[in-house]
Amino acid sequence: MMLELCTKISIWAIPMGIVIIILSGLWSKVKVYEAFVEGASEGFYTAVRIMPFLVAMMVSISVFRDSGAMQFMINCLSPVLSLLGVPEALVPLAIMKPLSGTGALGLAAELLNQFGPDSLYGRIASTIAGSTDTTFYILTVYFGAVGITNPRYSLYVGLFGDMVGFFSSIYICRLIFAS
Amino acid sequence: MINLIWAAFLLIGIIYAAINGNIDIITKSVIDAAESGVTLSFKLIGVMCLWLGLMKIAEKAGVVKIITKVLHPMMKRIFRNIPENHPAMGAIIMTISANMLGLGNAVTPLGIKAMQEMQSLNGNKTIATPAMCTFLAICTTGFTIVPATVIALRAAAGSARPEEIVGVTIVVSLFTTIMVLIFDFFCRIIFYRI
Repeated sequence: MMLELCTKISIWAIPMGIVIIILSGLWSKVKVYEAFVEGASEGFYTAVRIMPFLVAMMVSISVFRDSGAMQFMINCLSPVLSLLGVPEALVPLAIMKPLSGTGALGLAAELLNQFGPDSLYGRIASTIAGSTDTTFYILTVYFGAVGITNPRYSLYVGLFGDMVGFFSSIYICRLIFAS
Repeated sequence: MINLIWAAFLLIGIIYAAINGNIDIITKSVIDAAESGVTLSFKLIGVMCLWLGLMKIAEKAGVVKIITKVLHPMMKRIFRNIPENHPAMGAIIMTISANMLGLGNAVTPLGIKAMQEMQSLNGNKTIATPAMCTFLAICTTGFTIVPATVIALRAAAGSARPEEIVGVTIVVSLFTTIMVLIFDFFCRIIFYRI
């Protein structure tokens, strides 16, 4: 029931959104085709403007990951985090989540296969993957698109959010799925 | 700060690889990453054009205005510095709504649009405004009602009930969003005192 509703919403949301926008455009006598082209013409330049920011961020994160330094950091953090009740298997996901969206999704898929999607770890991994977004990507793309180079405190706020999301996923899943 | 983190990722990575005798990895890693940065931004062009085009129709038809009117009472508490009739408010609300519905690739174009609108209210074009920081805080938490990707991932892994994490995800991301807004509020006070 719940699953059906969820998949229904995610399947229908985009087509219905398009229908509503077009119909209301026609209703208000908007020249829909011309308006679409007018809006779309900004798309290319915006995407190109983001490119250098994206390259810069991906290069530095990729070096950090591929060199093995990230794994080293995970190994160092594991004992500390396990004192706080964090299972060792989930530590890589915590580090990867704010850095790389596809990387985190890959790790989550691995955890689901390793422990089973309906195990406690599988459920926690799913919740972590579903609850927060990739902080570094959003910061890079959103600020890059408007040319902001000084993000002030927003990085701390984003990382704080990742931390809260990670810990609350673990504690709340434990609470709900414990039995 | 962002400069420091960026440099630290690079330098720590290179030094670590050098110590462990893996220095040959670095060149390939750097070049591959630069290429995938370009690929990613090219992939964005299509969805960017699509959603910005549809947004323009919605804007002209007044759909954005209606949605803004409905959600504005809540949003004006969070984004105090943005005037009610400014297009930034509409763009912010559209982004958050798309995020809630889990419309993955629609969120980025809308979010960028919101940033551009907020930039027009910005006195110093290279420094983020408090409203931008708050907006970013909400986006990085990514409050969502339908975590479609994760549900698909669980179904693919053979889960008996792939959707059972939806409730928990909503609770967690709602809690996280509230915590982040509180944290953002304090950061704003602290950074403005200094």
